[in-house]
Amino acid sequence: MHVPFAVRAVELTRRFGDVVAVDRVTFAIPRGEVWGVLGPNGAGKSTTVRMLCGILDPTEGRAEVLGLDVRRDREAIKQRIGYVSQRFGLWPDLTVRENLEFYARAYGLPGAEARRQVEGWLGRSELAEWAHQRVAALPAGFRQWLALGCAVLHRPAVLFLDEPTAGVDPLSRRRFWELIHHFAKEGTAVLVTTHAMDEAAHCDRLAFLYGGRIVAQGKPEEIRRTGADGAVLEIQTDRPAEALRVVEGHPAVRDAGLHGAAVHLVLRDPEAAESVVGFLRQQGIPVHSVAAVLPSLEDVFVHLVEALEGGA
Amino acid sequence: MSGRRLWGVVRKEVAQLRRDRRTLVTMLTLPVVQLVLYGYLTNEVLHQPTAVWDPVPSAESRALVAALENTRYFAVRYRARNLQELERLLDSGRARVGVVVPPDYGQRVRAGLPATVLVVVDASDATSARVLLQVAQGLGVRLSQDLQVRTLARRGQRPPPQPVEVRARAWYNPDLRSQVFIVPGVLGAVMQFVTTFLTLGTIVRERELGTFEQLVATPLRPVELMLGKLLPLVGLAYLNLTFILLVAWVWFGVTVKGSPVLLYILTFAFFFSSLGLGTLISTVSRTFLQAAQLAQLILLPSILLSGFLFPRESLPPFLQYVGLAIPLTYYVTVVRGIFIKGVGLEVLWPQVLALLALGIVVFGAAIVRFQKKLD
Repeated sequence: MHVPFAVRAVELTRRFGDVVAVDRVTFAIPRGEVWGVLGPNGAGKSTTVRMLCGILDPTEGRAEVLGLDVRRDREAIKQRIGYVSQRFGLWPDLTVRENLEFYARAYGLPGAEARRQVEGWLGRSELAEWAHQRVAALPAGFRQWLALGCAVLHRPAVLFLDEPTAGVDPLSRRRFWELIHHFAKEGTAVLVTTHAMDEAAHCDRLAFLYGGRIVAQGKPEEIRRTGADGAVLEIQTDRPAEALRVVEGHPAVRDAGLHGAAVHLVLRDPEAAESVVGFLRQQGIPVHSVAAVLPSLEDVFVHLVEALEGGA
Repeated sequence: MSGRRLWGVVRKEVAQLRRDRRTLVTMLTLPVVQLVLYGYLTNEVLHQPTAVWDPVPSAESRALVAALENTRYFAVRYRARNLQELERLLDSGRARVGVVVPPDYGQRVRAGLPATVLVVVDASDATSARVLLQVAQGLGVRLSQDLQVRTLARRGQRPPPQPVEVRARAWYNPDLRSQVFIVPGVLGAVMQFVTTFLTLGTIVRERELGTFEQLVATPLRPVELMLGKLLPLVGLAYLNLTFILLVAWVWFGVTVKGSPVLLYILTFAFFFSSLGLGTLISTVSRTFLQAAQLAQLILLPSILLSGFLFPRESLPPFLQYVGLAIPLTYYVTVVRGIFIKGVGLEVLWPQVLALLALGIVVFGAAIVRFQKKLD
């Protein structure tokens, strides 16, 4: 049986009492794709992941992982996936190696294979020198490496990572993502949640989750192209702080912010670009160059949320 | 069930147990302390402080007091000078027994006339007062018989044969040492405490630690998880049993009359049900505190209804039935049977079957109740 999608959710919904944590989300993740779920805390990211891992029952809708139903075939799913929970879930009184060995056995790896996989991960993740340390003494960044290790020893076909890079330093974070892409290249479908916008660029496809709903999904550049209406101007100037102050309150400018050394202006109407630049010059701000650029993911997200809240 | 997954859990639990020094030390010393303390619990009423008012001492009254003391139930601590002083001693609780010997006691006994002695017992504690009253009355009967025999002998006559003679024998514990009865009971009770406390945390600790979520996302089966957690605890509990047997022998001089091997084997049936019960509690609890409170629901009835301290037969029928749901009820019978009477499976099989059945029920309930889900 060929299943085109590794993960498929249709109108997936979870309520806790009167609170709708996840509201009719529909999406599909192909094999070998890194799928990012972005959203603020409480948006329903973890609840979605838990339902897909078979540890939380959906209230309505349905979801399949590798063609297996998350309600009926929970245990079969668990054998084939890896999961890193948002809250660190390993034993502080066991050593790094003992935690890895436990998970290798819990997934039923035979002794020799278990040892091979544990050694492999210890080398790959630079955890080797910590192998005999108790987890309680492990710095936060290394804990995430360990958590990821425990979830991949059995070579899962789908990997669910719930905010895996929290507390990981930037350099280590980059290696983390390299590894995630490595898994994806081998055919693993990866669902990763984050509330850090800068991580979204690492994903093949994104879903913005807000208030339990998917407010936008697609490839990052698609979202940037179509997500925000209006236009973004990138302005190079010697006096960016002053420029910001000046444009604030200009009727055509919806939002303004610093982007590196440049100033980004989000305009309500692309036609207003010339008049805004003229206004800046008129106010004595030297404008060296003007370019129309794609909005950043953050711009888009803020815009979508504001639109939703304005409409509500 | 997968041996690999089970073995994984066992190894993890053993590693964690070995590092949890505080629990280990507590689990190995507490039972010994409990045994030593509970072991002195006794249903005997010996050496009760006694006050005597004997205004006109005579050879006969002295013999009477000596006979009282010889029973070992009475220890004469006070010689009252008058009735008021005797009353004060009883009121204040310094004396539990008051003996009033009339002034003409010696005279009347010598003359072969009936004499009356008053024995007052503080009956605040009815159980021990009953014993003291019986001993005092029995002593009176014996003294009277002795006097009659002596009077008849002086006249050259033989005493008539007794119409009914009761020959009482104490079996299994001929010296009537209360520790022979108490220590095996305490052993059972202590094992109940130990097994309950060891299992309380098994599931709920993983919940509190946040490791539960990661754990239930694996293919590990509930039965593998629970067995893997319980097997190391069975080992620890057996170690405890051995400790307690040693202390019972070295400290109290109480040894197993029957087969120690049988005791170890049948104890497994008890572990099955009591560890299962603890696991069930741990499974249904949201926090460790809640589990500890639920455990009281087992431990209190274990003490009161199992027959470990009070004979079950004297309980109202309803409470007797409640006691049937408690593993210790059966285990106390097993332990006493092997310890004191030296009997074997031919006598104890109903208890063993009950323990196994109870184990299947609670362990089954724990597995059914254990959901590999969050809620």
